[in-house]
Amino acid sequence: MRDQYDHSRLGRRTLLKALSLLPAGALLASQLSFAEVNTTGLAVTDTEVTVGILHSLTGTMAISETGAQEAEKLAIKQINDMGGVLGRKIKIIQEDGASDWPTFAEKSRKLLVNDKVAAVFGCWTSASRKAALPVFEKENGLLYYPTFYEGLEQSKNVIYTGQEATQQILDGLNWVAKEKGAKTFYLIGSDYIWPRTSMKIARKHIEKVLGGKVVGEEYKPLGDTQFGSVINKIRLKKPDVIYAAVVGGSNVAWFKQLKAAGITADKQTLLTISVTEDEVLGIGGENLEGFYSIMKYFQSQDNENNKAFVKAFKEMWGDDSVIGDVTQAAYLGPWLWKAAVEKAGSFDVDKVVAASEEGDIELTTAPEGYVKLHPNHHLWSKARVGKWKKDGQAEVVYTSDLIEPDPFPEGYQ
Amino acid sequence: MFGYSYGELGAIFAMQGFAGISLFSVLLLMALGLAIIFGQMGVINMAHGEFMAAGAYTTYLLSTITEKHFPGFMPYYFIFAIIAAFFVAAILGYIAEFALIRFLYKRPLDTLLATWGLSLIMQQAYRSIFGAREVSPTLPDWLLGSVQPTDMIDIPINGMFVLGLTLFITLAVFYLMFKSSWGLKVRATTQNRLMSGAVGINTKKVDRYTFALGCGIAGVAGAAFTTIASTGPTTGTLYIVDTFMVVVFGGAASLLGTIASAFSIAQAQSILEFFISGSMAKVFTLLTLVIILMFRPEGLFASKVRR
Repeated sequence: MRDQYDHSRLGRRTLLKALSLLPAGALLASQLSFAEVNTTGLAVTDTEVTVGILHSLTGTMAISETGAQEAEKLAIKQINDMGGVLGRKIKIIQEDGASDWPTFAEKSRKLLVNDKVAAVFGCWTSASRKAALPVFEKENGLLYYPTFYEGLEQSKNVIYTGQEATQQILDGLNWVAKEKGAKTFYLIGSDYIWPRTSMKIARKHIEKVLGGKVVGEEYKPLGDTQFGSVINKIRLKKPDVIYAAVVGGSNVAWFKQLKAAGITADKQTLLTISVTEDEVLGIGGENLEGFYSIMKYFQSQDNENNKAFVKAFKEMWGDDSVIGDVTQAAYLGPWLWKAAVEKAGSFDVDKVVAASEEGDIELTTAPEGYVKLHPNHHLWSKARVGKWKKDGQAEVVYTSDLIEPDPFPEGYQ
Repeated sequence: MFGYSYGELGAIFAMQGFAGISLFSVLLLMALGLAIIFGQMGVINMAHGEFMAAGAYTTYLLSTITEKHFPGFMPYYFIFAIIAAFFVAAILGYIAEFALIRFLYKRPLDTLLATWGLSLIMQQAYRSIFGAREVSPTLPDWLLGSVQPTDMIDIPINGMFVLGLTLFITLAVFYLMFKSSWGLKVRATTQNRLMSGAVGINTKKVDRYTFALGCGIAGVAGAAFTTIASTGPTTGTLYIVDTFMVVVFGGAASLLGTIASAFSIAQAQSILEFFISGSMAKVFTLLTLVIILMFRPEGLFASKVRR
């Protein structure tokens, strides 16, 4: 007993001594001790800061989310190679949302409560974001969400790096109305929340602003592969434009059957808000040739930032990898977070959010060119229309000015 | 009528009819293998969709190899891909029967669980080997495009191809089951396993080959579906519900019932879809099925097997 007592006293004394020396040493190492940059007990040490990545690695969404988490890892690796954030290397804890919305909520809680991560990069579908949102708000976490989406949302705890409705849906419709003189539209999408909300917004814009007419609106079950009847309806209605939000693997069936039915780009204009390079890989460029996608980013974009990004991405993930719109938006997340943390001089979520909301955080190194964070947690970004080529890449035929994000556009709710 | 000319309406009816027939061939091609396995062996094969995916992945592999190494062979590879898909899926089925199914013949509900587990294992294997992204083989040019009998009618060639393949497979299955000596043994085993064994039929061998045949047909279905859709690790699950629906509605042990059921479901779906939206058409088709099954729980064509 006595021995043990002495031992523990000795231990405590050594510990106290060491502790008194620690701040000095840490100051030398990183200039800022963790007590100053982290007052809320996040997983930050003098040399390391922990963040979470939360995407689906299994289940039906794994197809899409693979690219996003690859881009986030690339950004974090590049930041670490440059010396990290506030002198700290970023450590990743990755969780699998498994394409299951309750799992997304549960894993968010794990990352925020158990792991105390400083930020989370993740989610893809609106359903997974809506499931994780209450957890982020209650635990005061910080989520960087990369997917283009229907808008109508703004949370203090989320930074949206994808485009909302006005930056994609409305601008795309304006372009096609002006450029192709389109008056009649046929709307088709997969049957779940994102396509339905997007089409609701699109219909209002077509009818009230463009003075056009919606001649058909159709939803097919997620994953469906039989488009014969829809294609026949489209033939009957002869719309100027097919406006599509078919999601995931269904796209392959949709475009193969369109081509087989003789509806090709030389006879019919088609604009989609859901096809990126990732999907084209499965569809095959020959089935899509000449159709249009509206996104903010295409892999073929011609600028120095993008060339460096594509090269680094392929070096890390293989020559066969392709980069779609959301992959790029996911890549922006860690960089925007780094900029905000450095501006705030702290990892504390409230301070990082406050710094982000000042509206002067910019990335001149973004692959899509220039992006700037708006006080409403969305990005100023340009909309681009790409015309698909046989090799699976898109030729950018239209680039808008920087569009101010407006998650709650008047008259569209 | 509806503001369309008669010519237009005629063209639409022709193409709409073809859309129904093409859905019919898809459903039938999937359901045939399942019906053989269930009808002859009483095994509920939940992994049927994954054997289909095996055929689709085989096609994808052959397409990639041909494209890289023998580009001149591209126009013809697809025929060989179908044959290869049959054998790959059949061999996988043979192994599955040998390693798993044969221990469960007296426990039909356990075959359901065991084959479901098998389907999960196969899905994960596809994910590990081919990755989570969906893939699609490059098709030969002659399979793309359409035939135009008149200006307004386009009949998709891939649809006709699947239809032709389905007819061929169906005829081959009928020949095997009802005209060949092997079919005689299968039918004998189904009716009375003990007696069949007593007269010298190797019932274990019959079981194994029947299961392999059913899986092989699923493989052919997989190869055919690459012409209209993509292939991913979970592709099989997309089709399995529809396929079970066809088999149950047709009367589980009857091949004729399977054909009739695939035809009526496909036509109902296709006709309804033209007047209401796709999702609602599916709801109505399912509702009608449920109501009919309430009055005829044994399905359209009841089997008269001595138990």
